Amino acid sequence: MTPFRLWVYLQTTPLFWLTTTLAAYMIAETIAYAAPRHPLVNPVAIAVALIGAMLKLTGTDYQTYFNGAQFVHFLLGPATVALAVPLYRNLEAVKRNLLPMTAALLVGAVVAVVSALLVARALGAPRAVLVSLAPKSVTAGVAMAVSETLGGAPPLTAVLVIATGILGAVVVTPLMNALKVTDWAARGFAVGLASHGLGTARAFAVHPVAGVFAGIAMGLNAVVTPAIIPALLPWLTGQ
Amino acid sequence: MIRGFFILLLFQLVGEALARGLNLPAPGPVIGLALLVVGLAVNRAWRPFDDEQLAKSELGQAANGLLANFSLFFVPAGVGVVQYLGLLQAQGLALAASLVVSTLLTLVVTVGVFVAVKRLIGGRGEA
Repeated sequence: MTPFRLWVYLQTTPLFWLTTTLAAYMIAETIAYAAPRHPLVNPVAIAVALIGAMLKLTGTDYQTYFNGAQFVHFLLGPATVALAVPLYRNLEAVKRNLLPMTAALLVGAVVAVVSALLVARALGAPRAVLVSLAPKSVTAGVAMAVSETLGGAPPLTAVLVIATGILGAVVVTPLMNALKVTDWAARGFAVGLASHGLGTARAFAVHPVAGVFAGIAMGLNAVVTPAIIPALLPWLTGQ
Repeated sequence: MIRGFFILLLFQLVGEALARGLNLPAPGPVIGLALLVVGLAVNRAWRPFDDEQLAKSELGQAANGLLANFSLFFVPAGVGVVQYLGLLQAQGLALAASLVVSTLLTLVVTVGVFVAVKRLIGGRGEA
């Protein structure tokens, strides 16, 4: 086999793109650790940019890439279940904060949907884009299902969900410090509600209690937001 | 390690089955999460363990390993952005402005309500 034919073969195998995904993430983490305070340095954003550039350069389509990367994608499910362990270990703190959590959940979920759609609509986004945008604060699998049910584009929703996750993870620490919020439960809950799993990942990296509350907010919002979107959508999309 | 992953996958599987079978609004992994919390509570009542034993158990280690790398698992779906470069050019400004405003506002309002209600009911700053 010539080197070129070998490359053509490898480029279509799941193994190649699975390895590339891990390599890109390791490079991204190295960059992120080298500049920890820079607001634009987020390992997921860097890894996505690196892999995206590589797909363009090699002329590979997303489906071929995903055939390999799905093994990494799959771990989102068991990782979500794994949140039960830190949640159980901090159950006392959760019980003490039930009322603040309920209030913050209901208000936050409505604000997340309404503010996103009002801004996008004012700037001329069409209905299909608005529907795809509405569940952007909910964890990817649920958000895609909501988008599909209501006539949006699920893959676009996935992209918007991840962009929201990266944004929240990047801004939460400087924002909360600027607001002088010192309650880890409140900080974690806010980022889990606004930015699902990526916010939760960031919260765990900052403080274990913040991580627990982020995980709870993510789980609760995965139920609340899909329930409120059908009620809010008619007047937010103007039809 | 295997035992830990088995427990996580088993609860996810039961969660998925319940979510589909009963048409529940919550996703399978979130139901699996809730069931595992209940499972841990039942297990502790029946066979007591302390916090350190849970952390060092096979389940604790598997959970820790997955949660330490949670961000990585979002990369494959994030790369899906390559399919939408055209749309992002056309709607990029509206979408970017929307995500930035909405994410900041949601964070500020959520944390504000949380802290305000906690003060109202007399809780202090501790978590």
